[in-house]
Amino acid sequence: MRLDQRLIAEMIRPGTRVLDIGSGDGALLDYLFRTRRCDAQGIEIDMQEVTRSVAHGLPVMHGDADHDLAHYPEHAFDYVVLQRTLQAVERPREVLRQMLRIGRHAIVSFPNFGHWQLRLKLLLGGRMPMTAVWHTPWYETPNIHPCTILDFLMLCREEGYVVEEWMAVDEDGERAPWRRSIRLANLFGEQALFLLRRQDR
Amino acid sequence: MDQTLPAPLQHEHMLFPEGLHLECGVHLAPVQVAYRTYGTLSAARDNAIIVCHALTGDQYLAERHPLTGKPGWWSRMVGPGLPIDTDRFFVICMNVLGGCMGSTGPRSPRGGEGPGLEPRRVEPWGTEFPPITIRDMVRAQKLVIDRLGIARLFAVIGGSMGGMQVLEWAATFPDMVFAAMPIATSPFHSAQNIAFNEVSRQAIFADPEWHGGRYWEREAIPARGLAVARMMAHITYLSEEALTRKFGRRTRRDPYGPANPLSLFGEMFEVESYLRHQGSSFVRRFDANSYLTITRAMDYFDLGADHDGDLSRPFHGTRTRFCIVSFSSDWLFPTTQARSLARALNRAAANVSFVEIESDKGHDAFLLDEPDFDRTVRGFLSGAAEHARIG
Repeated sequence: MRLDQRLIAEMIRPGTRVLDIGSGDGALLDYLFRTRRCDAQGIEIDMQEVTRSVAHGLPVMHGDADHDLAHYPEHAFDYVVLQRTLQAVERPREVLRQMLRIGRHAIVSFPNFGHWQLRLKLLLGGRMPMTAVWHTPWYETPNIHPCTILDFLMLCREEGYVVEEWMAVDEDGERAPWRRSIRLANLFGEQALFLLRRQDR
Repeated sequence: MDQTLPAPLQHEHMLFPEGLHLECGVHLAPVQVAYRTYGTLSAARDNAIIVCHALTGDQYLAERHPLTGKPGWWSRMVGPGLPIDTDRFFVICMNVLGGCMGSTGPRSPRGGEGPGLEPRRVEPWGTEFPPITIRDMVRAQKLVIDRLGIARLFAVIGGSMGGMQVLEWAATFPDMVFAAMPIATSPFHSAQNIAFNEVSRQAIFADPEWHGGRYWEREAIPARGLAVARMMAHITYLSEEALTRKFGRRTRRDPYGPANPLSLFGEMFEVESYLRHQGSSFVRRFDANSYLTITRAMDYFDLGADHDGDLSRPFHGTRTRFCIVSFSSDWLFPTTQARSLARALNRAAANVSFVEIESDKGHDAFLLDEPDFDRTVRGFLSGAAEHARIG
């Protein structure tokens, strides 16, 4: 399992109801069900991954974050997870609203566009940066709404979401997660991970 | 009236003298349900799976058919080690109410069957058989399940009309269904599907041997009409790609030769010959009045009808695990309908898997060799069994 998935799993209480949006090959669902006894289901846009997950005994439905969340009732889940997908959805603000409508908590992971390597590449080369995390050229990238950790925090503040937990981590997972300073995290964190809830609760 | 019915095949069945109160208001008694079982019911009675057959299917799921001599319609899916593994699960397949393979239907004697009656000397129901619904079919199945002493079904699975029964089971007896797999189906019969069924029915009515539905009195059957109905329906079960791949525009010798007014140079298209074969073999095993009764039951089907069209309401609070399957080239029950069902179940906060299998074989794909589909069935059942802690 990827590092961000491992950290997500640690944020989720055992035995809870979880919706994993963009469940991919189902690794997180499998872990949540088989080791944390969660009632976990997934939504995935890639039909091959859906078929593979269902054939593996995991409940996954074909769909996407932009069009399918509106169909779930309020508070249907304890956690709604969006792994590395926020930057690729059509309306990230609306997707976050839906996540916090249908779930008590939202867990969001996204690649941080504020990382120093990206800043440096754009500054020195003057071209759209490409790194291990942002690895597709600008004309092929599915990422239409890249953001930085600071941008995301601003959005949470505007929308009135409470950040219960956050961390910035590196892709290879060897180095310790950044937790102290948001500004340093925004400079040195490749991935960001947020646990949110709505203010009115 | 002293009419003799053709000697009926003896199908394994259960008889319920108390009968069933149908949705149309008629009390139908007695009721007989013909069925076949495969595998062994566990001591805890927790491994039972109902497989529901489609419009022209029957209970001969995984064995040689007594009339046609062909393998069961899901022989490749149900058996030891197969996706619906009879080493693990106890599989029950029942002929639907209104059918003609041993369950009470239009061909059944009106006075009923049972001790003290001479079924071969009484008149059949024929066109006067009461209209039945998918829910009536399911309630007839429940009589059998109750008598088998099964309190909770591990799963209910079925394609097409069988899928409608799966949905009805999950909506009517939610606490009895742990897992449900509706395949190539829809929560209501669309106007287009009703239209196709109506053409089928009109073909039967137009047959000179129809005799107002009392064809048995003349020892006749409306074979031509029934064959045309089957041919038309069969086209809707395939896809354009499947027909092209199978037949293209190839021709073969017309067995009737140039004497056939429609045949040029003594040839006919292979697709024509295939459809005629499908039609004529169907006539040998299916009753016309039964066909009318069952197509009507499909047409009436609309799960949301009692809930102001809100398809999620029949499933509110459900704990059943659903796996909805559609096939990309199925134009009779297209993926859009399966997706709207999946979304309705989402609104009910149900546990839903939804898979569209890539296939060019059309609606019939669920009866044919599709490895992705087999994997889906096997995976869903074993995942659900893990949750149910059985097997």
